[in-house]
Amino acid sequence: MQHKRFKLSSIIEWGSLTGTTLIVCFFLVVIILEIVFKGIGSMSWEFISSIPKEGMTKGGILTPIIGTVLITLITAAFAIPFGICCAIYLNEYAENNKLTRIIRAAIRNLSGVPSIIYGLFGLALFVQTLQLGTSLLAAGLTLGLLSLPYIITTTEEALMQIPNSTREAALAVGATKFETIKDIVIPSAVPGILTGVVLTLSRAAGETAPILFTGAAFYISDTNGYINQEFMALPYHLYMLSTQHQSIEEVRPIAYGTALVLILVVFLLNLSAFYIRYKFRKNEN
Amino acid sequence: MKTKLSAENLNISFANKQILKNVNVNFQENEITALIGPSGCGKSTLLRSLNRMHDLIPYADIQGLVKLEDINIYAKSIPVTEIRKRIGMVFQKANPFPKSIYENIAYGLRINNLPHDKTVIEKALTEAFLWDEVKDDLKMPAHRLSGGQQQRLCIARAVALRPEVILMDEPCSALDPVSTLKIEELILHLKQKYTIVIVTHNMQQAQRIADKTFFMYLGEVKESGNTKDIFENPKHEMTKNYISGIFG
Repeated sequence: MQHKRFKLSSIIEWGSLTGTTLIVCFFLVVIILEIVFKGIGSMSWEFISSIPKEGMTKGGILTPIIGTVLITLITAAFAIPFGICCAIYLNEYAENNKLTRIIRAAIRNLSGVPSIIYGLFGLALFVQTLQLGTSLLAAGLTLGLLSLPYIITTTEEALMQIPNSTREAALAVGATKFETIKDIVIPSAVPGILTGVVLTLSRAAGETAPILFTGAAFYISDTNGYINQEFMALPYHLYMLSTQHQSIEEVRPIAYGTALVLILVVFLLNLSAFYIRYKFRKNEN
Repeated sequence: MKTKLSAENLNISFANKQILKNVNVNFQENEITALIGPSGCGKSTLLRSLNRMHDLIPYADIQGLVKLEDINIYAKSIPVTEIRKRIGMVFQKANPFPKSIYENIAYGLRINNLPHDKTVIEKALTEAFLWDEVKDDLKMPAHRLSGGQQQRLCIARAVALRPEVILMDEPCSALDPVSTLKIEELILHLKQKYTIVIVTHNMQQAQRIADKTFFMYLGEVKESGNTKDIFENPKHEMTKNYISGIFG
């Protein structure tokens, strides 16, 4: 009897955990299948290589693809150096006192701030105060701000993984603190840092709210690419096609196609993060 | 015999907790000195103060004098990197750089602006009894070596800089008996050129390799002298109890 009760409770425990996991996976699979099946129809080389035509009811999505690539590059150029340097300072140089603990907590909290707030802040700071106008640059900087806390946190975690004995090894052969960090600590932390960076960028590439006020355009006829002008981006294009367009039903396939491309872009970025990690791990062993 | 390294009235406290109490010690040139004593007695703290490894600990307070020949190693006029180049260190757990075997030796040489061509690397590895085992795999990541090989690589890395003193913090505590024996043989061989200070928990090891032995207890050097005398005729009751395994 005792034995049987034990068995029943273990089935309930196992069942509830497995059940929850299955429910989560179910929704994930449904979302992906929905987008793939509805979007695959409009996928073609022409779709990703031509600009939107006839009020965006025809043609492709080249303009928003270019916009998303460019804005991700600007975000990277801004957020990576600042984020990594900040993390190095916090982990390697800053004393562990009350002030640094407050700064660290503030950075962690910043990563929880809703992205629309970043959009509003970017509008106030970059667009208006710094007179950048609604532009690729202003939106890229706003996304950069959004990415900073993630990059700082992941980089700091990667640096923390490096044991102190490794730092001491370098100091003991006469390296300065800076040499130790530059030659030994950072190279060892690169896989962790890069993974964090790529995952952060893939998140930034899919953000809509921060670019909404700071530079994303409903439609532009030219190709994208001017840093001081508005641009089209995949997430905003999708939002616009599915809610703001005058003939929503007609452009629905294009909207699903855009969603599929966006997911593929994010997926490829994530895949490259896994690849980087795998490659470094292989080199180490 | 000439005194190579010495500490005078050395007091060290971490965050107001006194770890070393008025330590006065001399380490003779081309001798091996073993520091023994129970855990927490301050052996490693003393060892690490001899090449300024405590510098990065903000709450460490170091009072007293540590001299390499007649230079005060804590003098402001001497760069700490220069001190660490002249006083090398080997750690408890082998800690090769996450680089190739070759680079592990070359790195220290390069940052000190010393020649780092293959002959220099070969010489260092030969001196650490490692060359024959790794000469065909110099590009291999150092982490693939066995534990004992890694520790000998760390010794080669220290030796490559031609230091005057080598400090060793329980270098064999993570190794099997065969690797330990190899390292002991190596340490005895290195004695001809370098002054060696070694922290060890292993009484037999101290007897096998050390010329002098210092027994430490609660931050003080209780007894020091020739290894033979310490182990055969300990003057202090405490030393006797420790080396015979009554406490430790």
